[in-house]
Amino acid sequence: MNRIVNNTQLSENVFRMIINAPLIAAKRKAGQFVVIMTEEKGERVPLTIVDSDIDAGTVTIIFQVVGKTTMCLAAMKEGEDLFAVLGPLGTPTEMENFGTAVVVGGGVGIGVAYPIIKALKEAGNKVIAIIGARTKDILILEDEIQKTCDKLIVSTDDGSHGVHGFVTNVLQDLIDSGEVVNRVYAIGPVIMMKFLCEVTRPYKIKTIVSLNPIMVDATGMCGACRVAVGGETKFACVDGPEFDGHGVDFDLLMNRLRMYNDEEEEARKGCRCHE
Amino acid sequence: MKRRKPERGADVMSKKEKIPRQNMPEQDPMVRSKNFDEVPLGYTEEQALLEAGRCLQCKKPQCIEGCPVDVDIPGFIKLITEKDFTGAARWIKGTNSLPAVCGRVCPQESQCESLCILGKKGEPVAVGRLERFVADYERNTGAVQVPETPAPSGKRVAVVGSGPAGLTVAGDLVKCGHKVTIFEGLHKAGGVLIYGIPEFRLPKDIVDAEISYLEKMGVEVVTNAVIGRGKTVDDLLNDGFDAVFLGVGAGAPVFMNIPGENLSGIYSANEYLTRSNLMKAYRFPEYDTPIARGKNVAVLGAGNVTMDSARTALRLGAENVSVVYRRTEVEMPARAEEVHHAKQEGVQFKLLTNPVEYIGDENGWVTGMKCIQMELGEPDASGRRSPVPIKGSEFVLDVDMVVVAIGTNANPVVPVTTPGLETNKWGYIVVADGETGRTSREGVYAGGDIVTGSATVILAMGAAKKAAKAMDEYLKNKK
Ligand SMILES: Cc1cc2nc3c(=O)[nH]c(=O)nc-3n(C[C@H](O)[C@H](O)[C@H](O)COP(=O)(O)OP(=O)(O)OC[C@H]3O[C@@H](n4cnc5c(N)ncnc54)[C@H](O)[C@@H]3O)c2cc1C
Ligand SMILES: Cc1cc2nc3c(=O)[nH]c(=O)nc-3n(C[C@H](O)[C@H](O)[C@H](O)COP(=O)(O)OP(=O)(O)OC[C@H]3O[C@@H](n4cnc5c(N)ncnc54)[C@H](O)[C@@H]3O)c2cc1C
Ligand code: SF4
Ligand code: FES
Repeated sequence: MNRIVNNTQLSENVFRMIINAPLIAAKRKAGQFVVIMTEEKGERVPLTIVDSDIDAGTVTIIFQVVGKTTMCLAAMKEGEDLFAVLGPLGTPTEMENFGTAVVVGGGVGIGVAYPIIKALKEAGNKVIAIIGARTKDILILEDEIQKTCDKLIVSTDDGSHGVHGFVTNVLQDLIDSGEVVNRVYAIGPVIMMKFLCEVTRPYKIKTIVSLNPIMVDATGMCGACRVAVGGETKFACVDGPEFDGHGVDFDLLMNRLRMYNDEEEEARKGCRCHE
Repeated sequence: MKRRKPERGADVMSKKEKIPRQNMPEQDPMVRSKNFDEVPLGYTEEQALLEAGRCLQCKKPQCIEGCPVDVDIPGFIKLITEKDFTGAARWIKGTNSLPAVCGRVCPQESQCESLCILGKKGEPVAVGRLERFVADYERNTGAVQVPETPAPSGKRVAVVGSGPAGLTVAGDLVKCGHKVTIFEGLHKAGGVLIYGIPEFRLPKDIVDAEISYLEKMGVEVVTNAVIGRGKTVDDLLNDGFDAVFLGVGAGAPVFMNIPGENLSGIYSANEYLTRSNLMKAYRFPEYDTPIARGKNVAVLGAGNVTMDSARTALRLGAENVSVVYRRTEVEMPARAEEVHHAKQEGVQFKLLTNPVEYIGDENGWVTGMKCIQMELGEPDASGRRSPVPIKGSEFVLDVDMVVVAIGTNANPVVPVTTPGLETNKWGYIVVADGETGRTSREGVYAGGDIVTGSATVILAMGAAKKAAKAMDEYLKNKK
């Protein structure tokens, strides 16, 4: 059960793990996620299902090492078992032929964006992907996305690869160039999603964001994951994780993500995975 | 086993009245409010014998009328007086499979003990404490026997949810020879008994023992399986399960929808208790899941869940814990013992008080709760006097943590993913009648909180017993 089939380092802090989970592989749709526990005393962490292979019965996750659980995940090897893998969770991405869809992925969010790009393409959309990272070495999935979308624009903050600048500038330039954009997907750090929504707001282009609040059960039972969208409280684990970005209270999300900063630091220090 | 007829007589009666109801030893309030160990320590053999001796062995025992599953109360008490403690435990288990749990969490004061004849003049027999004593005796002496499983019926049953309802159905049906698989969404089985009720009231070892007992009888327990997300109820029926029982509880939290409710430091009781109990955040950093440790904590509501949250906050180091409730003590739905224990430990009660808004700091952490004072007005439809706000009585309570414990709703995952499964306007599953638990879908039965809304362990078990009986009939007749 839940055997790790492969764990590969993609960049300094980002790993791709393939896990044996046949039922999840068969059922999952773009936009859904799993909850993983590395051990019984561990936390339940949500991670997006980036890809699946129904025949092999596996799902793929891509994660960035940010704290104790992801540190432990990074240290786990092929052949080891995860304590728990639960899914597929969350509401799948709304999928149809919208026309032209622009998918913007930043940092590890590129991993989260990948299944959406694939699904949009399969649904017949013209898909333009914009992926960005701080620097060339930490940019992930460029080849895979190149193969999947109609057009790929890469940007790096330091100009080491692709366009020199932020994904927000790239999106703005694309819109300014006269490209008719029917829908935008913005996936990445909260601050990036917030500013991407400001780029599209004046043009009233519907912009879907994927929110990553702290979760516990991830089945709608606790309300840890509540976010405010259009003035209403929603549970991201069941109502989301994707929402209309123009209604999202990003500042609230950022505050709530900081709720356990001190404890997370303490847990990280106590982590013995790398010894 | 047959119930032995007790002797009765006037002299017996007068002798018995002299023995007072035996108190159960407890951890000292000041000590226990700093630890998560169980509060009551249980009867000694001597106390159990004295208490059992108080029972009059009534010919028409009123206490049984008060028990939702009709446990033969004088019958098991008689066995205690004969020092057959293990026999007494087994006697209860004929009708109630979880006596160690029920002895601890049932509201006996409003069930069996409220009707006990001794209670008319003095104090009722401590039925719950005796039940707990014999169940613990059986477990601690290793006397628990796994019954022989009957010949396989060839029928398979899926039980969705592993709370008291699901566990009861599983136990009853496996004893009928059916092959039973429990599917539980969380990573640990037990339902509210595991994620909700704290260690200091119901040690998790006891719940674990019950589950391993079921496993020994042949029940398969599959965790991390949210039915409706991975497999659906229809998938289960197509996979060869002949019947399905839905015991998914009423696990969706309710918030008040007042301004500021999403500030950091404000929890639903479900989240707070799940972090503490299921994820064992009270043992952070040994366990990874963190929990806020507020200094000034307000807990909203007045049920068992409220008391459990308030007492957990104390144990996590809070200096001030206030239960904030819009009615008065008389209307509080929590068990009397719970309120009593909370008070002993130093929980404060701010009654006739209702929150209207939260105030936060620049980091979005809650710092204050604006409340309004209430008074009791005219009786409403339910006959209870409804609280009405007193104009201009607003004040701000300093808080750095709040737990909202004002109730729960039906969890929609199974109903919305099961076509043709009838629910009422609140989302609870509709059953044909309480005697069978039959739903609108053939071969699908339901019971417990998902049918009634949040109720009690014993009511969930009672409904489950009836459903198990109806399911057994159904399976026997099914081709
Ligand atoms: C629906 C969803 C999908 C996600 N998909 C991915 C993904 O594909 N790849 C990826 O790298 N990350 C993803 N995340 C974020 C990921 O869950 C967190 O980075 C992870 O939980 C951090 O755990 P940790 O113990 O390593 O770090 P911690 O030390 O616990 O925390 C470090 C940071 O992660 C945040 N965090 C902590 N716990 C959680 C939690 N339970 N849920 C969400 N965030 C948390 C904290 O705010 C903190 O900033 C997703 C989150 C959600 C809600
Ligand atoms: C904090 C607290 C204190 C309480 N104190 C008392 C008390 O002192 N005395 C008393 O009698 N009662 C008490 N109660 C009430 C009592 O616990 C419940 O009435 C009882 O547990 C209901 O049992 P159930 O089997 O219907 O549901 P639950 O115990 O809620 O179990 C339902 C289970 O189903 C699982 N589930 C849900 N959806 C799915 C799905 N789609 N797939 C798979 N699994 C699923 C859940 O994870 C859960 O484990 C308390 C409740 C709480 C929350
Ligand atoms: S009513 Fe009281 S005295 Fe009579 S049998 Fe029941 S417990 Fe004993
Ligand atoms: S994580 Fe518990 S409700 Fe969403």
